[in-house]
Amino acid sequence: MLNRTTQPHITEPTEFNLHLKPYQHYVLDNGTNVYAVEAGEQEVLSLELVFNAGNWYEEKNIIAASTNFLLKNGTNSKTAFEINEHFDFYGAYLNRSCYSETATITLHCLSKHLHHLTPVVTTLITDAVFPEKELAIYKQNQKQKLEVNLKKCDFVANRLIDEYLFGFHHPYGRYTSTIDYDAVDRESIVDFYKKYYTHGNCKIFIAGKLPVGYDKILNESFGKLPFNNTNLFQKEIHSAPAIEKKYNLINDVNGVQAAVRIARNFPNKHHPDFQKTLVLNNVFGGFFGSRLMSNIREDKGYTYGIYSYLQNHIHESAWMISTECGRDVSTATIDEVYKEMKILHETLIDKEELDLVRNYMLGTLLGDLDGPFQIISRWKSYILNGFTADYFNSAIKTIKTVSAEELQTLAKKYLNPDEFFELVVV
Amino acid sequence: MIQYNKFTLDNGLRVLIHEDHSTPMAVVNVLYDVGAKDENPNQTGFAHLFEHLMFGGSINIPDYDEPLQRAGGENNAYTTNDLTNYYCQLPAENLETAMWLESDRMLSLAFGKKSLETQRKVVCEEFKEHYINKPYGDVWAKMRALTYSVHPYQWMTIGKELSHVENATLDDVKNFFKKHYCPANAILVIAGKVDTDKALELSNKWFGSIPSGEKYVRNLPQEPVQTAAKELEIKADVPLDALVKAWHIDSRLEHGYYVADLITEVLGGGGSSRLFQKLVKEKQLFSNLDCYHFGSIEKGLLAIEGKLVKGKSVQEAEIAIDEELQKIMTEKISEEELQKVKNKTESVIAFEDMALMSRANSLAMYELLGDATMMNTELEKYQAITTDDILKYSKLIFNKNNSNTLRYLSNN
Repeated sequence: MLNRTTQPHITEPTEFNLHLKPYQHYVLDNGTNVYAVEAGEQEVLSLELVFNAGNWYEEKNIIAASTNFLLKNGTNSKTAFEINEHFDFYGAYLNRSCYSETATITLHCLSKHLHHLTPVVTTLITDAVFPEKELAIYKQNQKQKLEVNLKKCDFVANRLIDEYLFGFHHPYGRYTSTIDYDAVDRESIVDFYKKYYTHGNCKIFIAGKLPVGYDKILNESFGKLPFNNTNLFQKEIHSAPAIEKKYNLINDVNGVQAAVRIARNFPNKHHPDFQKTLVLNNVFGGFFGSRLMSNIREDKGYTYGIYSYLQNHIHESAWMISTECGRDVSTATIDEVYKEMKILHETLIDKEELDLVRNYMLGTLLGDLDGPFQIISRWKSYILNGFTADYFNSAIKTIKTVSAEELQTLAKKYLNPDEFFELVVV
Repeated sequence: MIQYNKFTLDNGLRVLIHEDHSTPMAVVNVLYDVGAKDENPNQTGFAHLFEHLMFGGSINIPDYDEPLQRAGGENNAYTTNDLTNYYCQLPAENLETAMWLESDRMLSLAFGKKSLETQRKVVCEEFKEHYINKPYGDVWAKMRALTYSVHPYQWMTIGKELSHVENATLDDVKNFFKKHYCPANAILVIAGKVDTDKALELSNKWFGSIPSGEKYVRNLPQEPVQTAAKELEIKADVPLDALVKAWHIDSRLEHGYYVADLITEVLGGGGSSRLFQKLVKEKQLFSNLDCYHFGSIEKGLLAIEGKLVKGKSVQEAEIAIDEELQKIMTEKISEEELQKVKNKTESVIAFEDMALMSRANSLAMYELLGDATMMNTELEKYQAITTDDILKYSKLIFNKNNSNTLRYLSNN
């Protein structure tokens, strides 16, 4: 008779030998570093150029993101339409993204088409012209998009909580108004472009099934560009958290839900507490089986989802609890969050729960290392944060060995309601 | 080319096993042949609510998530108008835990009162978060009701209204389970670093003894061919006017479905597509514009939707869309443009097949459609499409009488 009540034998994920496939490293003729991971079964690849061109470097609001967005909207030789058509014809995806410290140009394509595509990527770095007409369309459409987003309580809450944590002057805390879009001018964009893209600091990450001679293709397209790959001067900007801790805002009088954000400042990934805190965060609110989720969703039904996480920034971080919950239960939700903090102060996490979290973290980590894009993405994060393979090994060791006592100490150190900002936006 | 083996257990459960030894993971995917289209019109949202209850404990296992997490696994599920799909990924060594969990909830749920009470609330919050508390959140509730007069695609998977979810009883839950959740109505896919013989043995061990259940025979009201254009105009507290248009298209396995897929690419796929270039960039009538279709199994919809640039009128915008549609209905597209959208499709398929989870999911989906081998012949079907096909089907689809229009206007 089949025993359906007992879980079949499992291999404890703590016994797994997790291994991060190493990258290959090349230097192009102009000194540009290339990090490559060759893996995967499908004939596809991803190529990412990472520039030190995030909003950390802008002098005027939204110039970094605007420059990044408009890179592919016209060069000396091709219109925006012709550029799009070139990538579309090869079934390729050309995306660009702007973050706080970095800004990227990313190409996803069938491996066989790489050599047709990189020469056009090159022109985006050297020959973008930022036509006034394209800029005007961009401003008009971004302003409209912003107007729609400002109707959403979650969008408004995300902006404000970052402002409280870091200050509006800080790249992590700054956001954009329609007036800021109006003030964007072509000259500022062109200056930013020349300094941070054409003559900027660039790192290249490539992964997938890499075609024969891809290193030559990269060198031909990017190895002669006038990058300035010696370390750029890094502006120092310090966060200035708000004094007032609690905020309530009615954004939509008819709103049926409240966006709740509870957050505190937290040190960056180099801090000795960081990796251990990731484990504590998982217990607290980091996954579906966490305490916040079990209590506030699965027991009380106040929300479709509640999560906590450490923000993924380079200079400093923040510990955030985030949910959209029923308007009438927002106070009850906040009370439960603080109750869960208190329990972590007062009671040691029992072995069974902690083992479960260790297993869950290691099992999903194993899944996260599966596939070339996942591997390169982890390496990229390490390299941009100034870590080596040691960081991976120490992260695993921490998950396997951090004790309940250490986690309680961290809870006492960081999970203090008085030190958290609290924001409710209806 | 995705390799797999197919077996049918004695109780009728279809089992597909796909080996991939390049990954350390295994995926177990269980698809049930039931979606929102199978709901009673007075109890909509039920298939999706039921999906939530599938995590509320089964007959022998009080908690689904915990043992899976202990085995290093994670899972999720989704409900569409056509089907309900559950999947988990875990280290391959621990495959049996997933088989144990999935088989027990196919055998029987615990049917706890508390679970129903909580999940009713959770689903109501999900309803609010995505469809009520968002500007334009009810666009597709309105569009579905407009486009389908009798077919159950006329409501969304979340349900027509909150009260349908709020009023669900435990008896409803039990009846639904009995009718739809059994081997006869399910497809099991096991994928990843697994050995076919071993995986089949585990399938027999855990699923083989579950009573087959009755094969659910679907008999849905068919949507009559639309014979006159339909229109709806509403005013709402939104910052911008929006325009949404939809046309009926062929069902998933018909040739016309594949042609419609390429038509959406020509019109709205990427920065060089026709509608984006003409209406967003050149005429600046829309600040954003999308063209897509729903991928439905039965006769679905092709949609164009966008938000207007302030100061432009909906009439202007509609005329401009019509001009573009006239063009594709009367002039053959060039071979080069056709090649472009075919290349895009080739690339989409290659990227989709990268993730193990996505491969397992596709196998289940194609098996539901009739035969998983279709997964390997999809690209050929697209390659066979000609510029004549695009012309012919554009005429059929964009026929005025087949159109549905929603003008969603700002009342500011």
